[in-house]
Amino acid sequence: MNTITILLLTFTLSVTGLFIFIWSLRKNLFDDNPAAANIIFSEGEIGKVEEPAATRSQRDAMQKAVDSTHSQAGDPARGERYRTELAERIQADRSTAFVSFVFLSCAVVWLIFASSAGLVSSIKLHEPDFLTSQAWLTFGRLRTLHLNSVAYGWAPMAAFGVAIWTLPRLLKTPLMGGRFAILGCMLWNAAIIAGLGSVAVGISDGLEWLEIPWQIDILLVVGGALIALPLVFTLQNRRVEHLYVSIWYMGAALFWFPVLFLVGNMPGVHFGVEQATMNWWFGHNVLGLYYTPIALASVYYFLPKIIGRPIQSYNLSLLGFWALAFFYGQVGGHHLIGGPVPGWLITLSIVQSMMMIVPVLAFSVNQHLTMRGHFKTLFYSPTLRFIVLGGMMYTLSSVQGSFEALRSINTVTHFTHFTVAHAHLGLYGFFSLVMFGAIYFVMPRVMDWEWPYPGLIALHFWLVVVGFGIYFIGLSIGGWLQGIAMLDATVPFIDSVRLTIPYLQSRTVGGAIMTLGHLVFAFHFISMALRYGPSRIGPALFHKPAAPIAAPAGA
Amino acid sequence: MENEVKLLSGAMVTLALATATLVVVPYLQLSDVQPSDGLKAYTSAQIRGREQYIKNGCVYCHTQQPRSQSQAPDFKRGWGRASVASDYFYDSPHLLGTMRTGPDLFNIGARQPSADWNLGHLYQPRAYVPGSIMPSYPYMFEVKDKAEPGDKVVSLPPSYAPPGQVVVARPEALDLVEYLLGLDHTYPVPGAAAAAQ
Repeated sequence: MNTITILLLTFTLSVTGLFIFIWSLRKNLFDDNPAAANIIFSEGEIGKVEEPAATRSQRDAMQKAVDSTHSQAGDPARGERYRTELAERIQADRSTAFVSFVFLSCAVVWLIFASSAGLVSSIKLHEPDFLTSQAWLTFGRLRTLHLNSVAYGWAPMAAFGVAIWTLPRLLKTPLMGGRFAILGCMLWNAAIIAGLGSVAVGISDGLEWLEIPWQIDILLVVGGALIALPLVFTLQNRRVEHLYVSIWYMGAALFWFPVLFLVGNMPGVHFGVEQATMNWWFGHNVLGLYYTPIALASVYYFLPKIIGRPIQSYNLSLLGFWALAFFYGQVGGHHLIGGPVPGWLITLSIVQSMMMIVPVLAFSVNQHLTMRGHFKTLFYSPTLRFIVLGGMMYTLSSVQGSFEALRSINTVTHFTHFTVAHAHLGLYGFFSLVMFGAIYFVMPRVMDWEWPYPGLIALHFWLVVVGFGIYFIGLSIGGWLQGIAMLDATVPFIDSVRLTIPYLQSRTVGGAIMTLGHLVFAFHFISMALRYGPSRIGPALFHKPAAPIAAPAGA
Repeated sequence: MENEVKLLSGAMVTLALATATLVVVPYLQLSDVQPSDGLKAYTSAQIRGREQYIKNGCVYCHTQQPRSQSQAPDFKRGWGRASVASDYFYDSPHLLGTMRTGPDLFNIGARQPSADWNLGHLYQPRAYVPGSIMPSYPYMFEVKDKAEPGDKVVSLPPSYAPPGQVVVARPEALDLVEYLLGLDHTYPVPGAAAAAQ
C-alpha cells in the first residue's frame, strides 16, 4: 500500500473513532435543550442580563432588548433556591478576586510592553536605520521580544486570570489553593523577565516560539504547574454534575499546554529537519490548543451570561470541542509546505487544516444562533462588543487559515507578510479582543467597583478596531502582492521588498492606534485598581427597578 | 459531559495522536538520515558565526530552504536546488525560517563569495542594495581613526565610509561572514532531479 492510501485509511478510521467517542459522551444526543447548557445560570436567571461593565442606563436598555424576546414565569419557590445559588457565586467570586487581580495586572503590564516592542519593530521594517546602534534594539531581537512577551506574557496571564475567575463560578465552589497560583504567577513572571532579558542580550535557543533558553523554561514549567494546581483542587471539589462547555476547553487547554511546552523545550532530543516539524507542531498548537480554547471557553461563558440566554446547541459545542481537539493538533505541518520534510506529513497537515472548518463552523453557527434576536444588546454592552467581534474574528481567521494551508494559496502566501497578518487576526482579532471583553466583565466583580469612565471602554474598542482594521487589511494586501512578485522570476527580488513599503507603513499606523487603545485600557485599569470614579451603587446583577427578588450586593 | 477523567484522557489522546504524527514518526523516519555527500561539517568559526545568526535573529527574515522548481522560481533566482533532509545534518537548532523579507540564504556562500561584500553589506546594506530594508549592524563594527595591525578593514563605497576614518570588523562580524560564506549547498544530491520536477 502506498503512503496516501495508508493516510486515507488512518484518517477515516480516526474520524469514525472520534464520532463514536463524542457519541459516547452524550446520552440523549438529540435533546433539544439539555440541562447542561443551563448550568451557568442560577434559578430564574435565564432571561436576565449580567453585564458588570455597563453603566446603569446601558444595562436597562439591554434588559429591555432581552425582555422583548423572553416571557418571564413567576414562581415564588424559586426565590429561595436562587438566593442560595447567588450566595455561592459570591463566595466563588470572592475566593478568586485577589488571584485574578494579580494575573490580570501582570497581563496589562505585558500588553503595554509587547505593544511597544511590536510598534518599534514595525517601524524598523520601513526605517531600517532607526535605532540600530544597540544590539538589543535590532529588529531580530526586538521582534522576538514582542512575540515572546505576547506569547508568554500578555496571553497566558490574561488567560490564567480569566480561567481562574471563571472555573469556580462554573463549578459552584470556591477556588481551592489560590496561594499556589500566586506563587506560580510570581515564578512565571520571573521566568519571562529572565527569558526576555536573555533574548535581548542574545542568548536564545534559536527556534521561533521557543527562543527562551531551556534552563529558564524549567522555571516556567514549575510556575505553570503551580498555577494549574488550584484548578485541579477546585475541580475535585465541584458541586455541579454537568461540566459546562467552558470547562472542557479550559481544562483541556491547561493540560495540553504543559505537554506541548515540555516536549518542545526538551534539550538535546530534536535534530535537523525533525526539529522543524516539532517546532511547528509546537508553534501552531500553542495557538490552537492553548490560546484558542481559553478564548472559546470565555465566549461560551460570557456571551450567554451577558444576554441571559443559554447557548443554542449543546451538541454543536460538543462536536466543536472534540473536532478541535482532534484536528487542530495535527495542522502544524502546513508551516513547512515546500520544505525538506516528509511529504506525507505535509499532506496530513493540509487535510487536517481543511477539517478545522468543522469545529469552526460548529462554533460560529452556535454563536450566531445564540445571539439571534439579541444583536441589539451589542449597542449597550461593552463586554459583548469585544466578545462577539472576537468570536467573528475566530471564524474569519480559522477559515482563512484553512485555505492558506492549501498548496496553491500557500505557495503565494508562505514566507510573506500575509502570514503575519493572519497570525495577528487569530491572536489579536480573536484572542485578545475576547480577553479584553472578559476583563471588562471580570474586573468589576474582582474589585467590587465599577469601571470609572465608561467612555474609555468605547474609546478603547474603537481605537483597537480601527487600528487593527488598518493593520490587517494593509498587511494582507501587501503580503499577497509580495508573494505574487516573488513567484515571478522576471521580477527582481528587491521589487518584492520595495512594493511592501507602503503597506508596512500602514501597519505602523494601525499598530500605533492599537497601542494607543492599549494605553487607554491600561489607564482605565489602573484607575479602577486605585478605585477612582463612582462607587458601586446597589447590586449590579439586576436593574429592573421592580425586580421581585433582591440580589445580594456584588453578585 | 459529566466525567472529567473522560474529558482529560480524551484530550490527552488527541494530543498524543498529534505528537505521534508531527514529532514521533518524523523522529523515527529521519533519525537515520546521513549527511549529504559534499556537505561539510561546520568549522569552529562557522559555528560561532551561526551563533551570531541566531543571536541577531536573521532567521526571522531569511529562510534556508529553497523550494522545488515546480513550486517556485527559487532556483531561477540563484537560491539553489530544493533542499533535502540530509542537507541539514549538522544543523542544530534548525534555521529553516518562515519569512522571506530578505532572500533565501541556503546558498549565499556560492552567490556572494566575497567576504568584503558581505562585511560591507552587514555594516550598511543600502550601500550595496538600494531599497534594502535590512537593518544595519553598526554594533558589529568599530569606527577607528587608523587601523591597527591585525584589523580587518571593511572596504565601503566612498559615500558610505565615515570621512577620515576606517571601519573595522569586530570578531562577531567576521564569524558571521565566515558562516555565511560556508552556506553553500550547490553539490548534487541523489533524487534532486526528481525533486525538482
